[in-house]
Amino acid sequence: MEIIVCIKQVPDTTEVKIDPVKGTLIREGVPSIVNPFDKNAVEAALQIKAAKGGKVTVISMGPPQAMDALRECVAMGADEAVLLSDRAFAGADTWATSYTLAKAIEKIGKYDIIFCGKQAIDGDTAQVGPGIAEHLGLPQVTYVQKIREVTDTGMIVERAIEGGYEVISVPLPAMIAVEKSINEPRFPTMMGTMKAHKKQIPIWGAADINASEDLVGMNGSPTQVKRVFAPERRGGGEILQAEDEAGVCVLLVEKLREAKIV
Amino acid sequence: MRLLNLSDEQKQIVKIVKEFTDKEIKPYAAEWDEEERFPRPVFNKMSELGLSGLSCQEEYGGSYLDFLTKAMVFEELSKGCVAMAATLSVHTMVAYIIEKYANEEMKKKYLPRINSGEMLCSFALTEANAGSDAAALETRAESRNGGFVLNGNKIFITSAGEAELYFVMAKTDKSKGARGITSFLVEKGNPGLGFGKKEKKMGFNASITGELVLTDCVVPKDAVVGSVGEGFRYALETLDLGRVNIAAMAVGLAQAALDYALEYAKNRVQFGKPIASFQGVQFMLADMATEIEAGRGLTYNAARLMDNGAKAQEVTLAAAMAKRFTTDTAMKVTTDAVQILGGYGCMREYPVERYMRSAKILQIVEGTNQIQRIIVARQLLA
Repeated sequence: MEIIVCIKQVPDTTEVKIDPVKGTLIREGVPSIVNPFDKNAVEAALQIKAAKGGKVTVISMGPPQAMDALRECVAMGADEAVLLSDRAFAGADTWATSYTLAKAIEKIGKYDIIFCGKQAIDGDTAQVGPGIAEHLGLPQVTYVQKIREVTDTGMIVERAIEGGYEVISVPLPAMIAVEKSINEPRFPTMMGTMKAHKKQIPIWGAADINASEDLVGMNGSPTQVKRVFAPERRGGGEILQAEDEAGVCVLLVEKLREAKIV
Repeated sequence: MRLLNLSDEQKQIVKIVKEFTDKEIKPYAAEWDEEERFPRPVFNKMSELGLSGLSCQEEYGGSYLDFLTKAMVFEELSKGCVAMAATLSVHTMVAYIIEKYANEEMKKKYLPRINSGEMLCSFALTEANAGSDAAALETRAESRNGGFVLNGNKIFITSAGEAELYFVMAKTDKSKGARGITSFLVEKGNPGLGFGKKEKKMGFNASITGELVLTDCVVPKDAVVGSVGEGFRYALETLDLGRVNIAAMAVGLAQAALDYALEYAKNRVQFGKPIASFQGVQFMLADMATEIEAGRGLTYNAARLMDNGAKAQEVTLAAAMAKRFTTDTAMKVTTDAVQILGGYGCMREYPVERYMRSAKILQIVEGTNQIQRIIVARQLLA
């Protein structure tokens, strides 16, 4: 089974702070980690590899320091890793990112399953996995909370929906985006860490993956971010209290008049 | 404080151990202490990570780490549970000596199982009348039918009853004193190996401490580790290693106490302000931080000397200084942490009283701090 896992390096906080002037994420002083959902994706891939044999390749698009995130996945047990890093990739939205990852996957060539985490904790879009599937023309299942069965030609998975789950049979190759509840990611081992640091991880640029310069990075991104801002803290509401409901109504009407709503 | 010149690999390993400690150890440490229970399943998880094999080479199933990284690993573990770190320390010390001095056959027989954590190791030196004066041990090993017969009692033995393999020091030649001591490996299940009572301690309760009772315990000739008569030398070398581990644990323990006390002081309001705004408390915190950092420096330096193949004497001195200073510091820092928390600090609901109970034990194990001073003085006066 040939499995590719797409991962992202993200700042280690669920409360990403935003520079109010520049409208970008403040990354200084925030340690970087492998996006937690992506670790679930790596774990899912490793479990299938343990059961069925094969190879797990992790790929990531990002700046050179994203190499650390790839090494961590290799330390967990992934066989190969590839970093997609090129100045041309900078400023990519989810469309351009998924195009770039899809081109890299095309270059790798052989794959049965592409795993992604359901979303990244910094952008929270949950669009890159589905985008990859669209670019490659593959079936996809998102929000996968359990893998019931894997055969050489297909998978049966549970897809989380509000208040329950769907059981979906999907032919392979396919893109599977996983939920946190799917598994408990293993810790990287010491031996794995040492191996990961000795491993040569290739870096591919736009030319290496035959990606069109017009379709990657800022150039390839139809999304225009007008402004990024942290919503202002809202103060607590006011609770109107009176002897009975009628009394509250009187107070409420008074308030609405004051506000010139009625 | 930031440490310079660490490789990415070292940083990554420390990060893994920190994450593991935060998730699998720290939340449960109080419970293990209360229940006086060694959590073997957690030790097994530590083994999966590669911690059981950290002193051995890959060919024996180890995940060899240099001494500096090892010290940082013990420091991180001890922020969660110093007793678990101590159990691991003893285990890896035995593995180290086997790898260094045992013959190939013994290494192949035991090391893969030790490094995988399948066999937990225990180090048995101390006896009722042989504490600081370890060479005075009375356990005998008599040569008989091509093997040896061991008789005697060992006390205060870490992981007694829990471990699968015991590194036992016994006298093969009474007339030769320390040079008549030989080390043996005795497996759990040997009919001559019994376990006495499990001790109830003031702290360190996630680490089992008990008695070994050797009664006509028959072992084959090839249970001898290294050479006959060299056991005490191995024991002393092991203790040098153990002391660096203990020093690293003391640093981690003290750091955990400072971290807790600092957070508390920032949030605890008295007289209308956080107590951290009072200079009296600030001075305590500043001294705690400074002394921890000094101890960390001594510890890392001892580890680096080992990594650079320094002479045994130099290592012994550095290890003794580090062990003495860091454990005395841990005692002081943990006591001050309890003081900063005041009444809350005395409550088991808060971790600092447990830290304080553990710190006292660190001043005593692997050679009391008085013995450490003797080691230092001996070299000064030599």
